[in-house]
Amino acid sequence: MKVNTMAEMAASGQTPDVLFWVGCAGSFDQRAQKITKAFATILEKAGIHYAILGKEEACTGDPARRAGNEFMFQMMAYQNIQILNGYGIQKIVTTCPHCFNTLKNEYPVLGGNYEVIHHTQFLQELIESGKIKITDSNEWAGKTITYHDSCYLGRSNGIYEAPRKVLESLSLELKEMKRCKSNGLCCGAGGAQMFKEEEKGDQRVNTERANEALETKTSCVASACPFCNTMLSDGINNRAEATSTPVLDIAEIVAQAIQ
Amino acid sequence: MEVYSQLCFLIITLVAIGWFAKRLWVIRKTILLGKPFEAYDQPLLRWKNVLLLALGQKKMFRKPFVAIMHLLVYIGFIIINIELVEIIADGILGTHRIFEKPLGSLYPILINSFEILAVLVLAACVVFLIRRNVLKLKRFLSQDLNGWPRSDANYILIAEIILMSLFLIMNTAESNTSFIISSHLKFYFNSFSTLQLSTIEHSAWWLHILGIYAFMNYLPYSKHLHIILAFPNAYYAPLTAKGTMHNMAMIQNEVLYAMQPELAPKNAVAPESFGAKEATDLTWKNILDAYSCTECGRCSMACPANTTGKLLSPRKIMMSTRDRMESISKNISINNVFVPDGKTLLHDYITVEELRACTTCNACVEECPVSISPMDIILELRRSLIMEESNAPSEWNSMFSNIENNFAPWKFSPDDRDAWTKQD
Repeated sequence: MKVNTMAEMAASGQTPDVLFWVGCAGSFDQRAQKITKAFATILEKAGIHYAILGKEEACTGDPARRAGNEFMFQMMAYQNIQILNGYGIQKIVTTCPHCFNTLKNEYPVLGGNYEVIHHTQFLQELIESGKIKITDSNEWAGKTITYHDSCYLGRSNGIYEAPRKVLESLSLELKEMKRCKSNGLCCGAGGAQMFKEEEKGDQRVNTERANEALETKTSCVASACPFCNTMLSDGINNRAEATSTPVLDIAEIVAQAIQ
Repeated sequence: MEVYSQLCFLIITLVAIGWFAKRLWVIRKTILLGKPFEAYDQPLLRWKNVLLLALGQKKMFRKPFVAIMHLLVYIGFIIINIELVEIIADGILGTHRIFEKPLGSLYPILINSFEILAVLVLAACVVFLIRRNVLKLKRFLSQDLNGWPRSDANYILIAEIILMSLFLIMNTAESNTSFIISSHLKFYFNSFSTLQLSTIEHSAWWLHILGIYAFMNYLPYSKHLHIILAFPNAYYAPLTAKGTMHNMAMIQNEVLYAMQPELAPKNAVAPESFGAKEATDLTWKNILDAYSCTECGRCSMACPANTTGKLLSPRKIMMSTRDRMESISKNISINNVFVPDGKTLLHDYITVEELRACTTCNACVEECPVSISPMDIILELRRSLIMEESNAPSEWNSMFSNIENNFAPWKFSPDDRDAWTKQD
């Protein structure tokens, strides 16, 4: 797929409407790449004039900062802000709640001021404004689904409704887990846990959450974060009884349901 | 005789208030041993938080049943304390029910409502005692509460029950009264003579007020201090999105000067230390949090690490921080300055294993009814571990070096960052 980079756009004197911040997981992780491609496809179909930073994008520093390495965070933030400000970026959309949180809440004090939105909010806008059209006979209509709140979207930034509105607009029946919204249970990946073995305990956090998700007996588990996606998929796959409930990002679900 | 009694009362009252004030002053000084913390912007929003979170107990209503019981005890506590004004005035002036005449028909309405509240408070405290000691609620069974904290909770409830009982006994034993609750209890006192009744009434009156003074002076040593500190804690609660980590301007500038040396000041002083190793390295808001904690355990019951059996308990983080500050405060009051005792908050009170289990999910912060952030303390201690001690699991060290060399937490070539655009 042809995706313009900021460097290309700048060279031809163009300014995109929005920068798609892909994030490290979305760029390198094979599973998350599918989410990235699904979202890029939607942007294309909606006729959004967008660009990515491509090779100029770097980790926002979120995992380093939460592990305690403020130096590394500040180094990454400095580089990223230099690049973003260099291109005069105004608006950013990202498929990663961790990047979203850092760009939105932690870069302003360092001189990086942008309008930052999460892809579930962007999808809600696209659907409500009619820029993308859900097919009436979309394969999701009438099916049941449960949505796992990402901590960095939900509690950290109060975004509970946008992902749910998007799912409902697909005529999906949303069944909530026992713990949802502000009570939602973490997938276990945040705070740089993704990059280390869990501390010893009775059970893994993602196993507990996967069990809760499966208790809803829905046909699919929706996520809105590449890390939650990995954790829940692993949690479901590691169960003794085999289940085939898929874990899909909201962007993937929408991509399958639009014209 | 009457005069001696009044004098005696006056002295006891002054001593009780004096001790209480002195202890609060020490706590204030202890909290201010923390590092600076700026929270003076948007006063209107802050007052709104005080009204909603502290006075209105908004977050308590995440658990409606307990919230209603707690509200009863709280309203009872505040409203019945209005009666204290009369009790203290009577004690000092040697009068009896000094407000009865001036308030006229309003007076029995007031006392009747105090009596109803007293019964409700008493009942709620009994339910709370049962919840804590008979029903096996995980939140209260937790090993966090072993020893003194568990007794502390029970002492408070028993004290409340005793105080409410004394208040009712005092009204019941008094002749010529017919208040809404005590009038129905008079029947139990039928066999007593007028003199005996008067002795019971006086004793109950004295025990009640002495009990209140004792309770007041116990408060600042107990978890129950939240009834006062919940208010400033709500005021100073962060107004930014919960996901925002506090910025270290010191390091921001270090990086800036490394990248743009022309901006570096000539005589820049090297920073002393990074993050928090000792409790006094935390901000005063973190320490205020610790003193505001009433050890209810909602945080730990919502914590993904704690509920899956990891060592981390956000409640214990707060309790350890307060314990450490108490020992520092005692150390200073004995020696005038802090004399190193070979201990620090990090390692001696809070272990590395606890800190490593946090997923920064903000569930503890979301749950806390009095605006405490255990997560903030965890993250400050983590900063010290990494930046002062280079103490990280090997996987984190790999993650750091990947970010440094490949600009991603995994070992992929930065050149492949847009490789996904070339796949089908």
